[in-house]
Amino acid sequence: MSPFRAILAKDLRTELRTLESVPAMALFSATTFVLFRFGLDRDSLEGSLAAGVLLATVLFAAILAINRVFVTEREQGGFDAIRLAPVDATSLYLAKVCVLMLYLAAFELIAVPVFAIFFLDTAGGLPALAGVLLLADLGLAAIGALVSSIAVNSRARDLIAPLLLLPLLVPVMIGAAGAAEPLLLADGPSYEGFGKWIAVLALYDVVFCLVGYAVYDFLLED
Amino acid sequence: MRDLRRDYNERAVLRGVTFELDPGRTLVVIGPNGAGKSTLLRILATLLRPSGGEVEVLGAELPARAWAARGRIGYLGHEPLLYRELTVRENLEFNARLHGVDDAERRMSELLDRAGLARRATEPVRNLSAGMLQRAAICRTLLHGPELLLLDEPRTHLDLGATAVVDELLGPAEGRARVIVTHDLEGGLADADSALALRAAGDVAYVGAASVLSPGDARAILEGRL
Repeated sequence: MSPFRAILAKDLRTELRTLESVPAMALFSATTFVLFRFGLDRDSLEGSLAAGVLLATVLFAAILAINRVFVTEREQGGFDAIRLAPVDATSLYLAKVCVLMLYLAAFELIAVPVFAIFFLDTAGGLPALAGVLLLADLGLAAIGALVSSIAVNSRARDLIAPLLLLPLLVPVMIGAAGAAEPLLLADGPSYEGFGKWIAVLALYDVVFCLVGYAVYDFLLED
Repeated sequence: MRDLRRDYNERAVLRGVTFELDPGRTLVVIGPNGAGKSTLLRILATLLRPSGGEVEVLGAELPARAWAARGRIGYLGHEPLLYRELTVRENLEFNARLHGVDDAERRMSELLDRAGLARRATEPVRNLSAGMLQRAAICRTLLHGPELLLLDEPRTHLDLGATAVVDELLGPAEGRARVIVTHDLEGGLADADSALALRAAGDVAYVGAASVLSPGDARAILEGRL
């Protein structure tokens, strides 16, 4: 078994045993949707507002997961154990990106239907929305894994992670919101401009995956 | 290692540390709290970069060729480096996969047996007592058959029976060098071929044959009188 698969299997096994991340994310999203529903005083959303509410919720739920994954690894000495092994650190990066993507996908399987029940009049755009969310998840996971690895060894990690992470995630949110907006129109999905935003999102994902792959070895060094 | 220096925020934690250790030999490191003993082990384990000086571990110059030494070092520090939610066996399996251990099942069973953990191997690590946790960490340290053992207070939390088990597991072996940090002066000096004594300021008070350094002198160094 490759180190990548070993780290991935270890993280998934730990999550299945402790249920620390995904249930917390799901609970957070349900609470957020309730707050939006009463805060906006609307029982139906569409277009940019619907996209904004959904993606803001996904973003903050992702930050919960990113913190959990990396703080646990640090607290239990996982980074040291992995660095003592003859393992390329990029295996750790790729495994963490995959773990975060799986957490986000599992979370969205719960959160998106809840969002649709709370706010949407039509579910016609949801299949295409799944593709948008998948690309957004890749960006969140690739950037989150990179920034958290920098922040986790710092005493001010609670401050550094959001300060570095949120600005870097702005393009992901812009791309995802741009692509999701026409899918969430009240009179059914439209695909005008959809391809352009998907391309922006995919390009940003590719850039950060490559940056992470290239620099992760150096980030883990003291 | 020649003239090693390690700084934390401009403060020198270790300075002027020079020693050499041949395969199969044992070096005991003593010194008061804060003298840099654990930092020294972490540098040798490739987990920390030296701030200055030359360090070569198993023929690999650090930090440039740390990758060449990794996987050949067994490091037992203050933390067990085990995941609390996984069982002892799952932790060992995980480490075996990282290190690419051949015949991992046989090796794990042998170590768990020798460490007296065979019956607790399927329990989550969080359920283990401190002594059992230390024994599990020792199994992790030895799993991949390291050529260099770096041991920071290996007898911590162990009762007399467990100490004997651990001494046998971590004892001298052909071709396996050991660096042991300990506060047990008599035991540590008796087990070692050479000794390194560090002062509170992180400089070297003594380096040389362990047989030449008396426990009394070692105690004086620890208490800052020498």
